[in-house]
Amino acid sequence: MRNVLTWRPRPYLKFVLVRLGALVLLAVGITLVSFILTNLIPGDPAAANLGQRALSDPAIVAAFRHQHGLDQPLPVQYGKYLAGLLHGDFGTSQRSNRPVSDELAEYVPATLELAITAVVVSLVVGVGLGILAATRRNSWLDQLLRVVSLAGVSMPTFWLALAAFFVLFYKLGILPGGGRLDPGLDPPPHVTGLYTVDSLLAGQWDIFGNAVFHLIMPALVLAAYTVGLLTRFTRASMLEVLGNDYIRTAHAKGLPGRTIVFRHVLRPALVPILTVAGLAFGSLLSGTVLVEQIFSWNGIGQYAYQSALNLDLPAIMGVSLVVAVIYVTVNFVVDLLYGVVDPRVRLQ
Amino acid sequence: MSTPNAAGNAVADALSPGLKLRKNRRRVWRPLGVIGLVVLVIWILVAVLAPVLAPHDPLAQQSDRFLSPSGAHWFGTDELGRDVLSRVVYGSRVTIPLSLLLVVCSLVIGAVVGAAAGYYGGWLEMLVMRTADLVFAFPAIILAMAVVAALGPDLTNAVLAIVVVSWPSYARVARGLVLSSRNADYVLATRLLGASGRRSLLVDVTPNVAGPILVLATLDVGNAALLLSGLSFLGLGVRPPAAEWGAMVAAGASNFDKWWLGLFPGLAILTLVLAVNFLGDTLRDMLDPRTARAVIQ
Repeated sequence: MRNVLTWRPRPYLKFVLVRLGALVLLAVGITLVSFILTNLIPGDPAAANLGQRALSDPAIVAAFRHQHGLDQPLPVQYGKYLAGLLHGDFGTSQRSNRPVSDELAEYVPATLELAITAVVVSLVVGVGLGILAATRRNSWLDQLLRVVSLAGVSMPTFWLALAAFFVLFYKLGILPGGGRLDPGLDPPPHVTGLYTVDSLLAGQWDIFGNAVFHLIMPALVLAAYTVGLLTRFTRASMLEVLGNDYIRTAHAKGLPGRTIVFRHVLRPALVPILTVAGLAFGSLLSGTVLVEQIFSWNGIGQYAYQSALNLDLPAIMGVSLVVAVIYVTVNFVVDLLYGVVDPRVRLQ
Repeated sequence: MSTPNAAGNAVADALSPGLKLRKNRRRVWRPLGVIGLVVLVIWILVAVLAPVLAPHDPLAQQSDRFLSPSGAHWFGTDELGRDVLSRVVYGSRVTIPLSLLLVVCSLVIGAVVGAAAGYYGGWLEMLVMRTADLVFAFPAIILAMAVVAALGPDLTNAVLAIVVVSWPSYARVARGLVLSSRNADYVLATRLLGASGRRSLLVDVTPNVAGPILVLATLDVGNAALLLSGLSFLGLGVRPPAAEWGAMVAAGASNFDKWWLGLFPGLAILTLVLAVNFLGDTLRDMLDPRTARAVIQ
């Protein structure tokens, strides 16, 4: 037990501040990379967003370019973009002429709701199965879990989504086929944009149930990959810790197996598991592009798809930026969790 | 140390220094690895021998539409009366080479840049690893979608776009491994004997880096196949008459009651990726002394 009287939070606080500083620098760097990569895309936004007739009129094309600031040198464009970002201005969509920030505010919560559900499912199921496989290594169960987890990692998301849709909606009709709520229902009053949370806040139990019902299939499909990944890594990470001398000591002094697994093995094993979970969050955000398309889920995946097809550069930049920043923030939180899970990390 | 880099280092740690396989370990029977290798070889043969193996022309609209699987058409026919089996066979000629191309390009760029960063250190390391952090966070699928939308449906363009954001994972692993073996005694010994920096990097350090990088690359071929067929599913893959698995699954999605349209190309993707992952997972176990020890115990 930690001695409460001598414990001071300073090393951890310093650890947090250093990481936070790195996160801010990273976020600024990501805006630059997003800007450069988006501008490297070899397409003409005017050609993609103006009609044939408008394109043949140089005056209209010039006006479009001027309106979206495309007639200015790139460094100036970047400076203006960065200045706008400080005020929460992501520019104006060239497709819809609406502020990108408004559109993101509309689509991001839907994806977060889906991705967070998938992460929770993955952590619970993946870590659980991994523990099971590690504690019964080389048994038939371990072999089976190995095949199952590799199958999860190998499954084409869009194909699994279609198969689930075909069986659970089309044939059996036990789960809804798409959307976030049944067609007749109104969304709950907007607070967070997550329908499950908002409906609870408003006390609308029927809406909550319906939203959860709609979440099940897309979230499970999305989680298939990360469940497989986490099962494999949990197993490997647990086996590595199980090889330590102190585990043998714990066995020797007669501790029950359950205590050893959860108190002595799982905690140090969690560090690499959390790393993989953080990295996997990135693949979840990419996976949403396909899953949202199939389940008509109005999230940033669909938004990214529509923006990409129309070469709507401010929208592409905005959505990439949001995905990248969510990704590095999740990994920042994972870094902080290292310090909680494994105190040795704080001192490095 | 910034956030994703720390995460990347942890992954490099997880892959661990590539120690040579001890001889007695070869006796362990690894059925999944063998199955993976066999299935992968079969798929490569299918891709190479497609004109011989395919019973019909994959583009010929010769039969009735939507014939269910039968003796004449094992996998049935599609919405234009084309033989689904022949199209699945020809589809391997798109997915397999392009997945390999994607992985080889990312590997070569990432490993060279990462190894140089780890070996020489200093401002080069700083520049390379910070760029890797920034680029890595950018979502590959969005960049690929936009580039394909700009240049037209051709997965080769998508591959080049994805390489731009996928090299950092190799760079991180290569750097981590080079760092851990750079100061090993045998490397210092060759340097003392007068070997140049480049020579010791190529001759002494590279063999230790090659194993884990190979494992990462093997597992990545599966991810590449999934990403590319996913893009194709979205209509960003190949120009219509050409046969490609993701696009065929999409055709199945718009003809829902004709289950064979989507089932067989999907199984093709699944078996290919599963084979690659069986193989990669087995290689990782063999190369990683820590998990290998646990398996032996």
